[in-house]
Amino acid sequence: MSNDIPNTESTAAGALVNPPDNKFTRWFSNILGDLGKNGIFIALIAVVVFFTITTDGILLRPQNISNLIVQNGYILVLAIGMVMVIIAGHIDLSVGSVAAFIGALSGVFAVQWGLPWWLAIVLSLLIGAVVGAWQGFWVAFVGIPAFIVTLAGMLIFRGLALVVLGNANIGSFPEEYRALGNGFLTGVFGEGTPDIFTLLVGAAAIVLLVLNQVRSRAARVKYGQEVDPIVWFIVKLLLVSAAIVFFMFSLAMYKGIPVTLIILAVLVLFYGTIMNRSVFGRHIYAIGGNRHAAELSGIKTRRVDFLLFVNMGFLAALAGLIFTARLNLAGPKAGDGFELEAISAAFIGGAAVQGGVGTIGGAIIGGLIIGVLNNGMSIMGIGIEWQQAVKGLVLLLAVAFDVYNKRRSGNS
Amino acid sequence: MADNILEMRSITKTFPGVKALSGVTLEVERGEIHAICGENGAGKSTLMKVLSGVYPHGSYDGTIVFEGEEVAFRSLSDSEAKGIVIIHQELALSPHLSIAENIFLNNEQRGALGLIDWNRTNFQAAELLARVGLRDNPTTPIKQIGVGKQQLVEIAKALSKEVKLLILDEPTAALNDEDSDHLLGLILQLKEQGITSIIISHKLNEIKKISDTVTVIRDGKTIETIARDDVTEDRIIKDMVGRDLEHRYPDHDPQIGEELLRVEDWTAYHPQDPSRVVVDNVSLNVRAGEIVGIAGLMGAGRTEFAMSLFGHSYGSKISGKVYMRGREIKTRTVAEAIENGLAYATEDRKTYGLNLIEDIKRNISMASLGKLERLGLVNDNKEYAVANEYRRDLNIKAPNVLVKTGKLSGGNQQKVVLSKWIYSDPEVLILDEPTRGIDVGAKYEIYTIINKLAAAGKGIIVISSELPELLGISDRVYAISEGRITGELPVEEATPESVLKLMTMEKAR
Repeated sequence: MSNDIPNTESTAAGALVNPPDNKFTRWFSNILGDLGKNGIFIALIAVVVFFTITTDGILLRPQNISNLIVQNGYILVLAIGMVMVIIAGHIDLSVGSVAAFIGALSGVFAVQWGLPWWLAIVLSLLIGAVVGAWQGFWVAFVGIPAFIVTLAGMLIFRGLALVVLGNANIGSFPEEYRALGNGFLTGVFGEGTPDIFTLLVGAAAIVLLVLNQVRSRAARVKYGQEVDPIVWFIVKLLLVSAAIVFFMFSLAMYKGIPVTLIILAVLVLFYGTIMNRSVFGRHIYAIGGNRHAAELSGIKTRRVDFLLFVNMGFLAALAGLIFTARLNLAGPKAGDGFELEAISAAFIGGAAVQGGVGTIGGAIIGGLIIGVLNNGMSIMGIGIEWQQAVKGLVLLLAVAFDVYNKRRSGNS
Repeated sequence: MADNILEMRSITKTFPGVKALSGVTLEVERGEIHAICGENGAGKSTLMKVLSGVYPHGSYDGTIVFEGEEVAFRSLSDSEAKGIVIIHQELALSPHLSIAENIFLNNEQRGALGLIDWNRTNFQAAELLARVGLRDNPTTPIKQIGVGKQQLVEIAKALSKEVKLLILDEPTAALNDEDSDHLLGLILQLKEQGITSIIISHKLNEIKKISDTVTVIRDGKTIETIARDDVTEDRIIKDMVGRDLEHRYPDHDPQIGEELLRVEDWTAYHPQDPSRVVVDNVSLNVRAGEIVGIAGLMGAGRTEFAMSLFGHSYGSKISGKVYMRGREIKTRTVAEAIENGLAYATEDRKTYGLNLIEDIKRNISMASLGKLERLGLVNDNKEYAVANEYRRDLNIKAPNVLVKTGKLSGGNQQKVVLSKWIYSDPEVLILDEPTRGIDVGAKYEIYTIINKLAAAGKGIIVISSELPELLGISDRVYAISEGRITGELPVEEATPESVLKLMTMEKAR
């Protein structure tokens, strides 16, 4: 290779890593950079602090913390599937209706037909995946925009839910089924408050987190990649660990670990791995970033699109089950507006309308922000009408902030 | 002294890092048809954009005198107000609007209350259509008429603006023979009505047929202006290509081995118009260590051939046979093509080649994630190491491989695209315009990479609009024109003149 061209690499790298080089500025720019990257995280903390003050601390009481998870679990489940769909450059407006439809079907299976609870759940999830396959077929293989397909799906499955319910509510569900939305894992190592099992799970989570972070940091160092300064790394780990301790202790003081939380944890770990590390996840980002380039790189874009909708159908069904279990009732209004909350969660969490950008973690935090807003405003006694308006405004500001941030970094 | 409707005097236009025009002079006599010739990238389009105000006054040096007065256009509408209308190669018509609506777009015929007077609109449109020899109903949507007729609608639109100087950029590039003849006839008719035309074209026989004067531009400079009686194809070609070809290409000592790729009777039709053949019975082969050039004008079917071969990514009704090392292979999907040892680096890296919002590392691995995968999971650290290796080997100038490819220069983006395809470990690489839009230094580096690949026993197909480049790096050259291979020459026998002649060879009429 010709070496006539001066190698500007090292100087360029230097300029990027350290501007005026002294310890303080380096620290400062590191923290600032992290804040920029984790703006959404800061926003969650701000919202929590705000409502802790305005509700005189009720927000952070053990029972309320437990409620926060249980009440928002189904939105978070939907947000996981939704952010993946959005990253690929699509949208799904039908998830609320699909959740209602599957909830109603599960009522038929578990209550009217009296099938075993586990069979009812498995059947419901399978049908959810089939519903997703139906929508995926139109999007991926016929080429109809997802907006249209899922708008139709929103009407179709809301209608079908009403057909299945036949103008009545279905309840009450077997206890094991209800555990999806109302159950707690507690007292595994004996009764007591705080619950020992919950605390042990919390401790295990911290140990795993620290091990994982240390290992990935070591690997990055080994491959010569840039890492945070060690002090900042430790501070961040301590902060996150403190949050986990507080959270798990709160749960232990109430009823223990909600089953919904366990489902969520499994989903986040699984889908997080899919999006971060799997070939399939890479394909999703590649398609969202530049569909043509992905196609010309041999990625089977139609197949990926199809599977994404199958997955969304599956998760919508799961959300429907959790919601139905929580109410112990399958009703016609179930799932109303879920799609909008899930889409908001994804966008507040940093997903881009054009696709190609977004994370599972972001969507979860986005969903939590909406959840805390709902919960906090309810405790304050603010009416549902104002809650709507405030949530709308938060969505707009969050995306506007994101756009502004990107434009700024694009210009520099 | 001649009666010049237009004089452009020492026009110089610079873009960051590139001098697109330097001191170009153009004089157009009233009532003539003036042809402008030049290779792709010679500066013809830039010159016309300066003239029509797309590049506003002040963004270039030099003066423009139109109808005896100095003009300073700030926008397209300024120049149109003076009677200069430019018709681009890509037509600017709105497909769902009617012919009449398109003709009067942004020039609507208004009646009472400022509302559109549809009767007047359609009546006047019909009159204009008659002038260009179109008998279609003015209320027909544009998308329902063919490209040839659309071109005529564009001219009718120009006539509606009382055009004095009509500029046509490659007007016949997308037309069939009959439509071309009709269009050229119309331009001659307009000449009799006193309308001056500037026609930009590659088709030398067309130029000879209708133009009164020819100006040749090369490397942003006027080479000469030739009067009708002195115009010969050879002279134009010589003016177009005559430049120093030495020392711009690294030495290449071909070690040619066995045949890798052989394509037989490859045919593809236009994806939307399945009656139009775009790639017509193309047969060619590439051997190990060989760099094969495909020369052709834009729209000749080069990219269409490559993309239809690479996973049927273009066209309809594709037929033909492909052999790799003598064994017949199928390339029906991109994945299948890659698996069978093909790679295709696109001519348009921003639209088709790169995920610009993603980093270098992930772009390089995009086509070969299978190599980094275990149990469905990608090994991030290995990916990083691989990407870093290519960054060093191909000298991609970026502080690290986590830089988004959207922030790289054209040359470095191209190196990322090449890295991606080299990492997919193909037998044959098809490189479509590998040096488009990148500076001279980076071009040399790209040539060096191409040579290294050939030396490693790969078969390389290079598609390029730049003849000197093609002749500078290839071992063997095919010329393609109107979808057909019109000739094959070892590079020793190929001269720019001979290849250009093959490139512009048209079907027997």
